[in-house]
Amino acid sequence: MRITCPLCGTRDRREFYYYGDAVYADRPAGGAAPAAWDDYLHLRDNPAGETRDLWYHEAGCSAWIEVTRNTVTHAILSTRLVAERGGTDGAAPKPRTKGKSA
Amino acid sequence: MRYSGFRVFAEGLGGNKGWKPAWRDPDPKPEYDIVIIGGGGHGLSTAYYLAKNHGLTNIAVLEKGYLGGGNVGRNTTIVRANYFLPGNQEFYSHSLKLWEGLEGELNYNVMHSQRGLINLFHSDGQRDAFARRGNAMINQGDDAELLDREGVRRHLPYLDYEQTRFPIYGGLLHRRGGSARHDAVAWGYARGADRRGVDLIQNCEVTGIDIENGRVTGVQTTRGAIRAKKVGIIVAGRSGQVAAMAGMRLPVESHILQAFVTEGLKPVIDHVVSFGMGHFYISQSDKGGLVFGGDLDFYASYAARGNLPMVEHVMEAGMTLMPMIGKAKVLRSWGGIMDMTPDGSPIIDKTHVDGLFIDCGWNYGGFKAVPASGWCMAHLMATGEPHEVARHFRLDRFVTGHLMDEEGTGSQHNLH
Ligand SMILES: Cc1cc2nc3c(=O)[nH]c(=O)nc-3n(C[C@H](O)[C@H](O)[C@H](O)COP(=O)(O)OP(=O)(O)OC[C@H]3O[C@@H](n4cnc5c(N)ncnc54)[C@H](O)[C@@H]3O)c2cc1C
Ligand SMILES: [Zn+2]
Repeated sequence: MRITCPLCGTRDRREFYYYGDAVYADRPAGGAAPAAWDDYLHLRDNPAGETRDLWYHEAGCSAWIEVTRNTVTHAILSTRLVAERGGTDGAAPKPRTKGKSA
Repeated sequence: MRYSGFRVFAEGLGGNKGWKPAWRDPDPKPEYDIVIIGGGGHGLSTAYYLAKNHGLTNIAVLEKGYLGGGNVGRNTTIVRANYFLPGNQEFYSHSLKLWEGLEGELNYNVMHSQRGLINLFHSDGQRDAFARRGNAMINQGDDAELLDREGVRRHLPYLDYEQTRFPIYGGLLHRRGGSARHDAVAWGYARGADRRGVDLIQNCEVTGIDIENGRVTGVQTTRGAIRAKKVGIIVAGRSGQVAAMAGMRLPVESHILQAFVTEGLKPVIDHVVSFGMGHFYISQSDKGGLVFGGDLDFYASYAARGNLPMVEHVMEAGMTLMPMIGKAKVLRSWGGIMDMTPDGSPIIDKTHVDGLFIDCGWNYGGFKAVPASGWCMAHLMATGEPHEVARHFRLDRFVTGHLMDEEGTGSQHNLH
């Protein structure tokens, strides 16, 4: 799988960190109702088909990228910078990793 | 037909001509008391316990493909009760006890093998975390032993104890942990449910859920409409799509998890072993193949296959831990669609629709849960009340803030 970074061009998937659905760029305001936080943190459309999600060009230019892709075929359809997309979440999240066993 | 050693012997003498199909292949009736959507491990065990524990037999299990073709036939079969959080602990403890009696219960050889599970640790911090987990397991009434490096070496002499990047400090041994034959678990529950009168209907995809005045009345399928008083959604990686038919949006993101098997070898790995630096675990099947896997591919996916970076990563981790497996040839790899929740724990609950229930969110660990999930889902569907050991698996725990984040990794679906 190769992802097109709007700044660096087409790069190997290994250079990118996956964060989750693009809803993560639309953080509710501090005093928002619990349901708004539930939407933001937990609930997902989870489509089998076209989806938009956030990737971080960790081993490249450090840009946050919104990727439109197909979850069934893994085809990358389009990409743009989160900065250009807009959104309420000014502070980009830090990538986290972990290990576990099944 | 009851299975027994004598039967195998007698059939052998008769040229094995007397075996009958293990379950019927009925056409769907127009109406049932209960319809279960999904013929995976959890759907089949739910149907079995509805019949066995609650005497309900006017039930259909609707499976869009063939029985056991989903994750229940794709997993790496680790069965354990080493959970830490209240809510998870008692549930998995109950499940392991059901496993221990499962073959007699089902009159089916599910090849449950309590060969011992060793989770390795590689730092002082990890040792403390495992010691704490071990104590929690013992408090729950299950077993755990903390091994030091030499203790691990006695069990697993073949690990690389010289490597300096991730030195082996010790391991947590869970003797009652082990593995089982995944297909056999599905088949055993299917046969048991069928023998009690449950209709198992394959090649029957549910395409809609009928709701009238806030009450479920049946389902639409590729084999026609079927009315039902109660419906259970038990479709693992497809939970999002099926729940959407009832207007629900779930705290679930579907991800891909890969697994691998090598050619058959003579016995070399007696236990289930996991590398504490993550990304790798292994056991040897009774056929001799080394069965191993690692992490998710990490991005949302419905392709039942993964990508090469995780293949490479898993192989590297395996070689770091036990270089002896480097000569084995990998025969096959595959993937399954995991229903990941943002706290890593499952859901067994009612929904906002009367008579509609859901069992999902098993992440990468729902095989060991097959017996207890069926037991508890059957209890919920039959009585309307959550079972004692599954009462924390609520659908509303996310909005109320009662998350059960076993690994403490936060609200990100792919990190559990
Ligand atoms: C590679 C891998 C390794 C794993 N390793 C382990 C492990 O070591 N230990 C462990 O405990 N767990 C493990 N798991 C997790 C475990 O396999 C799953 O959590 C569990 O099997 C999910 O429940 P199930 O068996 O009911 O799912 P499934 O077998 O996937 O059943 C769901 C069924 O629903 C059907 N369905 C979907 N949509 C519809 C519809 N619209 N109409 C009708 N039917 C439908 C599907 O066809 C499928 O058969 C692993 C999973 C994978 C993929
Ligand atoms: Zn870049």
